[in-house]
Amino acid sequence: MKKFWKNANGRLKFGLIMTAFFLILGFVVFYIPHTNPFPNNIRSKNLAPSLEHFFGTTSQGQDIFWLLIEAIHNSLMIGFIVALLGTVVGVFVGLVAGFVGGTLDRVLMVITDTFVVIPSLPVLILMTSLMKGSNSTVILMALVLAMFAWAWPSRQIRSMALTLKERDFIHTAKFSGEGTVQIVVTEILPFALTWSLSNFMNATLSAIGSESSLAVLGLSPANLVSLGNMIQWARNYNAIMAGRWNWILPPILATVLLFVGLFMLITGYNDYMSMKRGR
Amino acid sequence: MKFWKYLGLRLLTWALTILIGVTFIFFVPRMFPSDPVEGMIGQMQARSGQMDPVAKEALRTSLRIQFGLEGSLWSQYTSFLWKGLLHFDFGPSLMSYPTPASEIITRNLPYTVGLSLTTTILAWIIGNVIGLLAGFRKNKRSSKILETIAICIYPIPYFIVALILQIVFSYVLGWFPLRATILYNGGWVAFMTSLLKASVLPAVSILLLGTGWWIISMKSLASTTAEEDFVLYARYRGLSEAKIGKSYVFRNSILTQITALAMSLGGVFNGSIMTEIIFGYPGVGTLIQDAITQSDYNMILGCITISIVAIATCTLIADLIYPFIDPRIRYS
Repeated sequence: MKKFWKNANGRLKFGLIMTAFFLILGFVVFYIPHTNPFPNNIRSKNLAPSLEHFFGTTSQGQDIFWLLIEAIHNSLMIGFIVALLGTVVGVFVGLVAGFVGGTLDRVLMVITDTFVVIPSLPVLILMTSLMKGSNSTVILMALVLAMFAWAWPSRQIRSMALTLKERDFIHTAKFSGEGTVQIVVTEILPFALTWSLSNFMNATLSAIGSESSLAVLGLSPANLVSLGNMIQWARNYNAIMAGRWNWILPPILATVLLFVGLFMLITGYNDYMSMKRGR
Repeated sequence: MKFWKYLGLRLLTWALTILIGVTFIFFVPRMFPSDPVEGMIGQMQARSGQMDPVAKEALRTSLRIQFGLEGSLWSQYTSFLWKGLLHFDFGPSLMSYPTPASEIITRNLPYTVGLSLTTTILAWIIGNVIGLLAGFRKNKRSSKILETIAICIYPIPYFIVALILQIVFSYVLGWFPLRATILYNGGWVAFMTSLLKASVLPAVSILLLGTGWWIISMKSLASTTAEEDFVLYARYRGLSEAKIGKSYVFRNSILTQITALAMSLGGVFNGSIMTEIIFGYPGVGTLIQDAITQSDYNMILGCITISIVAIATCTLIADLIYPFIDPRIRYS
């Protein structure tokens, strides 16, 4: 651990600290008992920051600090579910396509390429606008977002599988009588895992981004407290016009810091891994 | 001969991509439990009270025809492919009935294409130049600072950058109007100046993010290429650094960036939709938002179909140009 920290580059360190900070906010602070911040009109409106309400309250009388904590929790949850689904499906499709080859490979790749090429946001807009009104949840939102999260990893994993397939140690394994499944699990997966971890973080990032984009369009479920929705509500109630910076700035800053932190973690991690491999 | 085979295969993939994409957006909404027609009737009733059952039935039928929801699934599908995909006829727009949806889209499309294409190409050029310099002299202080700035800007979502620019330049400094207004009737000069004024902030936000990405990717490409044997050999031959940078590092790294440009178009389109909506720039993005708020499904479907076709075509063009630039690839 100590050695890791010494070898880690600045970006990896910054990314780790930042991500850990948000994980603590979203999954530790979140469970500290507090009153539900969401319901309107329980608290006084437009309070300035104080000890009781760290960031004050909204014009609807919602506690901004706890709203933000809940938003971070939900946004991270959506990101993780989408990233997990996308990475698992992507690695599976990519390995199958790369190893089985032939017609199956071609069919899978045409479908994959379609999902890489077509712009995801308009399609997500279509689907979520049809869901509008129905009581969609975090899970449903994540499932919809996951439809676009598997294509890129499967493309990458496929090309990785194609180059690995020709390496000597795979031939050795094959000649020693290992089956395809065993080769994939014991020889290929370790290679894919390093990559998958960085893809997982990337997918988390883009899922949170997509959800917030949909929220700004008013297409994220109205009762879902997410970073995007918080920004959208603030915009909707003219928080910018009224100069209520304690309302609009926390979700914006949180999003910026979360994204920059996660991205630094990804690039730092990639650099660290390639340094470890001696390149 | 080989070229024609390559072209044929590539065209086939292009057609398949569009077909799969369009099929996907046709079938997935139909698997959803919610029905846009019932939703619309519900909204109307909420606004104007209960309707006469006979009138309601008539309304339901006419709405189903307008939305292309009559008949068997197969006949709906074939008619959508025939009318929508081949003739870009998506039926009338419901928010500005009875103007065809495609007519309004065609009116808005040039604004989006103009904005996103100019900014994308500009970002690509600027980012690659800076990235090349940063990667080629990667131990200089200035290149490290530039890369850090790029890394801090690139991951931020489009609409956040747009919002921050809007807060700073429209609310705090007041240099630009809050929402873009374009003067269509004041003559050519007034139109152009108002268009330019409306485009500055959207363009800057797309440029910032795009440039950030190209700096990061070009930097890593250039620094890997700079360590290749042939660059080392060129150094031993005593070639000038400028010559090595231009003819050795640049020419080898730029190839990957051209493919990346083609692959990035979908993402750029997503971003430009969001940017347009924040600034109220009159392109396809704003149109999509209006269509959502007024449940104009023909319009939404039309915008999506056209954007799929447009982006698949741009990717095709980039792919066809590629072999002309890279002599090692001969249409295989």
